[in-house]
Amino acid sequence: MAANPIEQFEIKNLIPLGNIGGQEIAFTNSALFMVGAVALITLGFSAATAGRSLVPGRAQAAAEMLYEFVANTLRQSAGEKGMKFFPFVFSLFMFVLTCNMLGMIPGFFTVTSHVIVTFALAILVIGTVIVYGFVKHGTHFLGLFVPSGVPAWLLPFMVVIELISFLSRPISLSLRLFANMLAGHVALKVFAGFIVALGGLAASGGMTGVLGVAGAALPLAMAVALTAFEFLVAFLQAYVFTILTCIYLHDALHPGH
Amino acid sequence: MDPVAAKYIGAGLACLGMGLAAMGVGNIFGNYLSGALRNPSAADSQFGRTFIGAALAEGLGIFALVVALVLLFVA
Repeated sequence: MAANPIEQFEIKNLIPLGNIGGQEIAFTNSALFMVGAVALITLGFSAATAGRSLVPGRAQAAAEMLYEFVANTLRQSAGEKGMKFFPFVFSLFMFVLTCNMLGMIPGFFTVTSHVIVTFALAILVIGTVIVYGFVKHGTHFLGLFVPSGVPAWLLPFMVVIELISFLSRPISLSLRLFANMLAGHVALKVFAGFIVALGGLAASGGMTGVLGVAGAALPLAMAVALTAFEFLVAFLQAYVFTILTCIYLHDALHPGH
Repeated sequence: MDPVAAKYIGAGLACLGMGLAAMGVGNIFGNYLSGALRNPSAADSQFGRTFIGAALAEGLGIFALVVALVLLFVA
């Protein structure tokens, strides 16, 4: 029977850890995959760059490519002063990319398909922007909401609109990543269900059976195409999350348009 | 109107929003391609920015999908 497409997102408590104030705390499958992603990144980069050769081999070249990719993105968006945020941005990019890619493996759990995870990451980014903005620029940071060259009578509306658009940033940042991961995996599960449903007609035997198995090739082709598309989306969403982080950090470094 | 029926109608309307978002995404790539055909040497430098713009436009379509899913499965 075709599986329920929402079932793959269920949080399972693997190791119960008691409770804090009535809220049950446990080591869940989500936590397991987060730890797995971090372990994969750390061990992968440590092993790849252990040789530290001047002319890199394949693994070191791959690690350097990822490093330069994020470094160029940050340098272009936030300037040279933004490079102090590089460890943060790089960790963010690698974590989101690895969690997205791990979710593509059949049977693995997609950490970023839960809005609370992506919301925590987005709040971390916006919190960094706000705290750094106020520490560095004091109340001048609020100049972010006052675009230059606006006539005085329009200013109150512009400030309100800019404020709302700023506050919608963590929401859009988290929702984009979460919804892309959720929609992709639900669609994959639905098409996989179609393959099973059509192929299952073979049990009834005869003409319907043959047609069923032959017809099952269509959702199979769609599922293959969708999987390829999902790999692209996994990388693209990690990149978009990172570049938007870099743009918001640029706002913290240079408030006022 | 029966609230369950209203939810299904709302979910269908949200999917119309997704169609409009798809038009937006196609717009971005169409503009990139027409610019690339006029100025092929500048095409590679703007390729990354094209995908950023497409991801931002696609994001809004995905928000519409989230509205549809919330209507169908959550509320």
